[in-house]
Amino acid sequence: MQKVLGDRRAILFLLGPALLVYSAIMLIPILWSTGYTFFEGNAITGFEFTGFSNYQTFFTDDRAIDALWFTVKYAAVVTVGQIVVGYGLAVLYFFHLKRASALIRTLFFFPIVLPTVAVALLFQQLFAIAPRPGIVNEFLNIIGIESIDWFGSPGTAFFVVALMDIWRSMGFYAVLLYSGLIDIPEEVIESSRIDGAGGWKMIRFMVIPMSLPVLISAIIFSVNGTLKVFDSIIALTGGGPGTTTSPLTLYMFQTSFTNGAYGYGSTIALMLSILCLLVTLVIFRSVKRDLGK
Amino acid sequence: MNSTTTRAGQRTEPKRPGAPRPPLSLRLKKLPLQIAVAIMLFLVVYPMAWMVLSSFKTNREFLEEPVWSLPSSFSMENYATAITTGNLDQYAINSLLAVVPALLLIVIFGAAAGFALEVMVWKGRNSTLLLFLVGIMVPPQMILLPLFTAYFQTGLTGSLWPLILTYTAIGLPLTTFMMTMYFRSVPREVFEASILDGAGIVRTFFLVGLPMVRSGVLTVALVQFFFLWNDLLIALTFTQSDDLRTIQVGLLNFSGRFGATDYGPLFAAISLTVVGTLALYLVMNQRIQKGMVGGAVKG
Repeated sequence: MQKVLGDRRAILFLLGPALLVYSAIMLIPILWSTGYTFFEGNAITGFEFTGFSNYQTFFTDDRAIDALWFTVKYAAVVTVGQIVVGYGLAVLYFFHLKRASALIRTLFFFPIVLPTVAVALLFQQLFAIAPRPGIVNEFLNIIGIESIDWFGSPGTAFFVVALMDIWRSMGFYAVLLYSGLIDIPEEVIESSRIDGAGGWKMIRFMVIPMSLPVLISAIIFSVNGTLKVFDSIIALTGGGPGTTTSPLTLYMFQTSFTNGAYGYGSTIALMLSILCLLVTLVIFRSVKRDLGK
Repeated sequence: MNSTTTRAGQRTEPKRPGAPRPPLSLRLKKLPLQIAVAIMLFLVVYPMAWMVLSSFKTNREFLEEPVWSLPSSFSMENYATAITTGNLDQYAINSLLAVVPALLLIVIFGAAAGFALEVMVWKGRNSTLLLFLVGIMVPPQMILLPLFTAYFQTGLTGSLWPLILTYTAIGLPLTTFMMTMYFRSVPREVFEASILDGAGIVRTFFLVGLPMVRSGVLTVALVQFFFLWNDLLIALTFTQSDDLRTIQVGLLNFSGRFGATDYGPLFAAISLTVVGTLALYLVMNQRIQKGMVGGAVKG
């Protein structure tokens, strides 16, 4: 039995194709890309070794710093939005809608499977100002507020992108977090209710601690997704007005393919990877400390 | 019992036995909640309904009638324009030609790798699994430039191969990981019995392993389908010429093609790209929800 289960040729046959494709198209390029950060140039003009100069450029480049700052701000706002709205919906499903929630869960979940480009084009029209006001501005006009040029200034453009990403994914996070709530034993909730804990108090001291593992997974998943935001931005605002809504991903894309600077593009990509890793580690650390108390 | 009923129950009289409906105070207490749910539902459903309705409007109707007016007729003209002028049929075929082969490769390679990593016993299998997990974490921007160079030098640029290969590699980490989970839930005795019966390990994988996790395979395939079908970044990077564009890249360039004035076809195009995913979701929503959520928690 052990001989059959440890048959090297069979392992090679079964694991080989996946490992080969994965190594050739992900692992080696990751290392290769890290190598690019020490060079300048691109595939067509050739490369020139420049040592650490790309890293120096990154930290003195205003656009890079702006993109980094936008990425962090965006991830923070949208993660909080996704988790808070998602958790709110999950609590609603679990405590109030109960059995009836299946249909509502399914409806709210739906936007996440839609192509981001399609959703972005739809939101462009919803928030349009010209040639005719979209639904949102039309509504504002009715309650006596003048139309807003949503995509004309950085603040409102940021608001619309963040709103769209929360709208797209709140149903997804609701189902994710709901899966943490249904694991809480009925008796625990019942007994805390007899002890007089109700509403907000019960959620704060009973429900959140007991669904913490799923909550942490959701936060890590959300942060990692929002730090890498690309589709929503390029399709909704194109990074504008100007470059005010450009995250690192978009800056990396333009640097690499519009300007043909592979070395600097790779440096930006590496910085983004480090950022993702650091944030995930920090969340893990802080949770461990919390649980240790 | 939920919190509202308990609290309301303490204040009102004890329930009469056999009362047909809950007391009025209780129903009133639920009212704000129901209104909140209704508003949320409206915010999710209305934008999509508006999009479909607008796809039937002529330009004049869209620009001059109120936003919430209904279209005067349900003619398919805008859809025809979107498909012929907007080239949507070509883009959809390109998407299928890139996504379907990649999906097949992901599922077969991922299931085989999951089997080798979970059922078979060998040194280093845990570190190999960890190696696969690196791929879930690293942003795809890390692999674009080397791949762009490699595809250019091997002459693959100008075909759909860069998309098929990159999609396969990007889908493998999560798929392999989820497949190990599915194989873990199958009792080991099943595989041991098959081996004792004289089937080799490879035969055991194809004839016993795969059928036992077929539900998992379907879930994984669905989840990956949505990721790949909705991908923009990879497609945008590796499809330079118009005749290779996938549906997402085509849609992104759609308004430019019409100079942003032809609204009917634009809404028709958006609706068309949404319809496919909607149909799939209507049929398999439970499985899709479970699969996507499972991937997130474990990944």
